[in-house]
Amino acid sequence: MMRLLRPLIIALGLTLLWQSIVWITGAPKFILPGPVQVFTTLFEQAPLLAKHGAVTLAEILLGLVFGVMLGLISALSLATWGPLRRWLMPVLVISQAIPVFALAPVLMLWLGYGMASKIAMATLIIYFPVTAACFDGLRQTPTGYLKLARTLGASKRAQLLQIRLPAALPAFASGLRVAASVAPIGAVVGEWVGSSTGLGYLMLNANARMQVDLMFAALLVLALIAVTLYFLIDFLARRLMPWQADSLNKAKASSAGHQ
Amino acid sequence: MDIHLSNASLHWQHHCVFSQLNLTLPGGRWTSILGQSGVGKSSLIQLLCGIADEADVQGEIACSDGKPLTGRVAWMAQDDLLLPWLSVLDNVLLGARLTQQRRPKPEQIERARYLLSQVGLSERAQVLPAQLSGGQRQRVALARTLFQDCPLVCMDEPFSALDAINRLRLQDLAASLLHDRTVLMITHDPLEALRLSDQILVLGGSPAKLSSPITPPGRAPRQVSDSEVLRLQGELLEMLAGETS
Repeated sequence: MMRLLRPLIIALGLTLLWQSIVWITGAPKFILPGPVQVFTTLFEQAPLLAKHGAVTLAEILLGLVFGVMLGLISALSLATWGPLRRWLMPVLVISQAIPVFALAPVLMLWLGYGMASKIAMATLIIYFPVTAACFDGLRQTPTGYLKLARTLGASKRAQLLQIRLPAALPAFASGLRVAASVAPIGAVVGEWVGSSTGLGYLMLNANARMQVDLMFAALLVLALIAVTLYFLIDFLARRLMPWQADSLNKAKASSAGHQ
Repeated sequence: MDIHLSNASLHWQHHCVFSQLNLTLPGGRWTSILGQSGVGKSSLIQLLCGIADEADVQGEIACSDGKPLTGRVAWMAQDDLLLPWLSVLDNVLLGARLTQQRRPKPEQIERARYLLSQVGLSERAQVLPAQLSGGQRQRVALARTLFQDCPLVCMDEPFSALDAINRLRLQDLAASLLHDRTVLMITHDPLEALRLSDQILVLGGSPAKLSSPITPPGRAPRQVSDSEVLRLQGELLEMLAGETS
């Protein structure tokens, strides 16, 4: 029961905090609209928000898919192929010196104003954290597991697929969580730089017309998308990796397991 | 099948830990090597298992049947090394899962279940290792080692992480399940070596040398209260302590 109530209580508390800041500072509507006004706009403009939200969501999801796939493939090839690791790893690290946001105008120029440039932004921003997390996971396999596999006569392939890969799954899940929280940034920044749809576009547009309430409503939708994605991935990771102990919430579960 | 290790040497940071070490493991017998930490016991056993890659260790291994030893050694470490994402049964079947393309055959599953029942864990075949206690986990590791069915079983301080009572139980279990196998066990517990082994060697000194074998009388597992066992334990402890002074 508490598990269901808790998010509601947190949401209510944050809304109250927001409202009290409006009361205390006496900020005018066009600087900081109150929650009531923003929620009203959220419902009144629901079709508009849904239309732009859907575009941004699609960009985020496609960016996630491409970024995670590319990152996973890169990490696997880096882990399996020594020469590639020695030549490509420095290049990858140096490439991170270029801020992805600085590339946004270039991507716009190359891929146009449509969704492609935003998906590319989201993909690029996800790529490195996912690659780094997976690669770290793949190379930090406990040596005992690998030695055991060798005494059992496992081939390099079997060691990779049945030992290294499952052992790297928790690290992969961490990479995925980071990816889920930064992907929306990539998509929105892409929309800010140039687009005619999406929540980023809607926010810029509303801002220019002093529709601050609409801007806040778009922000809320964006936050909702990001939070939902994060918890969805977190839930799936827990479901798929029951062996991955959560030492913070462990007390009850482990005492039941031991005889 | 007898196994001879000759001219084994181990160097650690340009320092000779041992060299020109010769060891014979008589077939069907249990040999134990006693020694303190840092005399290269684990490297010696990893050399036999073919997994000593960090250490600068060398030696010639010969089997009395003339075939190479590679792929015919089962290794059991101090850490149970159960894979946390596989069930207890799948951990026992690990050898089959890692070497064949397809799923384990029904007779292999049957055998794994039989081994689990021998270590007293048939009820817990489907649970994940995280749900077992330390002693249970080491019993699963023992079942996995037996599943491999190798001519040589190498055990590296297999029971040292367990409490006293569980250690005695597992020693009895190991003695009954491995009684006709060629076993090499490394330990720093003289009592454990005396309870289980047919011959005991002490590795010590700098550079380390193997002592002449000590053969405790009677059959394994010997009683902890046996007077001869206790006398030999005192002797072994003195030998080990003498090295430090």
